[in-house]
Amino acid sequence: MPNTSEARPLVSFEGVTKHYGTVAAVHAMDLDIYAGEFLALMGPSGCGKTTSLRMLAGLEEPTEGEIRLDGKRINEIDSADRDTPMVWQSLALFPFLSVRQNVEFGLKMRKIPSGDRQQRAMEWLERLEIADLAERDISQLSGGQRQRVALARSLVTEPRILLLDEPLSALDANLVVKMQGVLSRLQKELGITFVYVTHSQSEAFAMSDRVVIMSQGRIEQIGSPKTIYRNPTSRFVADFVGSNNIFCGTVSKEGATLQVNTSVGCFSCSPDNDENSFPMGSTLNMVISSDLVQISLTTPEAANQVRCRFISEEFVGSIVTVFAELENGADFKVQVRQRDLADLGLKAGAVFYASWKATDVHLISESA
Amino acid sequence: MTRLSGQNLLLRGYVVLVFVFVFTPIVTSFVFSVNSDRFPTIPLGHFTTHWYETIFADPDIWEAFRVSALVSVSVATLATFIGFCTAYTDYRYNFTGKALYLSLALLPPTIPLVIMGLAMLALLARINMSGQIHSIVVSHVVLCAPFAMAVVRMRLAQINPDLEPAAWNLGASPWRAMREVIIPFCRPAIASAFCLTAAVSFDEFAVAWFVSGLNKTVPVMILEILQGNTDPQINAIGSIVFAISMSLVVIAQLIFFRKASAPTTTGI
Repeated sequence: MPNTSEARPLVSFEGVTKHYGTVAAVHAMDLDIYAGEFLALMGPSGCGKTTSLRMLAGLEEPTEGEIRLDGKRINEIDSADRDTPMVWQSLALFPFLSVRQNVEFGLKMRKIPSGDRQQRAMEWLERLEIADLAERDISQLSGGQRQRVALARSLVTEPRILLLDEPLSALDANLVVKMQGVLSRLQKELGITFVYVTHSQSEAFAMSDRVVIMSQGRIEQIGSPKTIYRNPTSRFVADFVGSNNIFCGTVSKEGATLQVNTSVGCFSCSPDNDENSFPMGSTLNMVISSDLVQISLTTPEAANQVRCRFISEEFVGSIVTVFAELENGADFKVQVRQRDLADLGLKAGAVFYASWKATDVHLISESA
Repeated sequence: MTRLSGQNLLLRGYVVLVFVFVFTPIVTSFVFSVNSDRFPTIPLGHFTTHWYETIFADPDIWEAFRVSALVSVSVATLATFIGFCTAYTDYRYNFTGKALYLSLALLPPTIPLVIMGLAMLALLARINMSGQIHSIVVSHVVLCAPFAMAVVRMRLAQINPDLEPAAWNLGASPWRAMREVIIPFCRPAIASAFCLTAAVSFDEFAVAWFVSGLNKTVPVMILEILQGNTDPQINAIGSIVFAISMSLVVIAQLIFFRKASAPTTTGI
């Protein structure tokens, strides 16, 4: 990842706002995107991630603020003159052109002579392993093949930046994983910037160097996937990541190890990596990641523990997410290895204990 | 099962009846056009191509066909162009008064033809444009453009709205995107609209009768002959007109539906 303080950003959003009528789709957005990074814009639908991408592509004009490419203001530059190709959610392949003609389109618009055009298109088709489909119609291709055509069509002009708008959302789960590999590899080989819009956490975390979490037109947090996962800075992000247990509480004892009173009990917290200080009596959100929780059938030694009732499980390969209920009815999630769960012999309705280390707790102040 | 097939039979019979009802007059006309008797009576006389020979020998009828052909090709070209532009404006832009714009654009075919013909005559006479071939063209374009618009609109309703921005994004100017994306996508509809408007214009009688003056089109000619006497030449001319306009309509349908159902046939 580039050094954020020194390198000049390839793209910067400066106070960018986009209004549709009275609705602000994007609000005062500041974001720097660096050359060669894989950046994911993630958030629930309607958070402004696609609008931001379309503004960068020149398909929407910001109401306020500036977008700069290589330091130059591009607000008024037509999409056609930006060289910011996009891979569309619908792929937007031209149905009346063959695969090769689709890939050649960008070169044709740049008035590259036909022989040269054809050769460059074929090189990209080979690179994406679909050269044998060059003369086919789009309607004859599978979802994964279309994806590759869309990528080749956008990359054939050798841009410095590629915009991707949920390109994998129409594919089967196993194909998504495969295409993620293709995209990651391509981005590293080419060394160009990818800006990837998605609502899927697994896609964003699997591929990107940095993730931007957006909500209601604002940026909630920017960080590496690991930072977002382990150190969410707001309750929204902690919630959006999806695997966290979050309890609201008040500080009942100050010091290196805090005591936090919540509706499900009193817990001690000594987070390793939190800079915030929480004075006595302040309210905060206590975040316990479901993969940092141990389970047992008998009362554990650990100070932080809750008694749970097993509700259901969600099996995803070697890892199982157990959905449980606490004594006051609150939900609690635990991620364990499938064989550990099998060893315990837990079934729906069974009671078990969940415990976690004081150092594994992450705290977020209530205002965030 | 038997009841179902009984119903089926009834439905088939009904469909046959409808077709008989629609096509009997045309078939009758065709039959009498190759019948030797001067008056349309049964029993028929013997088979003859005499009436076709007489009309092909008549320079007035050749002239009427020439006027009709010229008018319908000009009308089809202009009406398809205007219809395409109107439909694209509707597809591409949102503006206040769009509903009004659309209803005005689609209005002409709902005006009774006689009223339309009269109004056209009044207007064209006032600006010294009546009684010429281009008077018919102008009037028919007004009448036909909405049909072309409807056909192109149907096609544009099927387009992925991302296609045009995708072309811009790949470096195409708005005009280039129109040429490289919108027009190729609409090509079947444009061809279909051309045939359809040519057929409507070729057939149209009422408006043409008002504004044509001495430049008679085929339908106007037919009426003039009819007013004089019952002449089996009418049947011959009618059969030819029917054949031409039906071919155009059928071609229009074939182009539109074949390409629309499989929008990705090979080769451009």
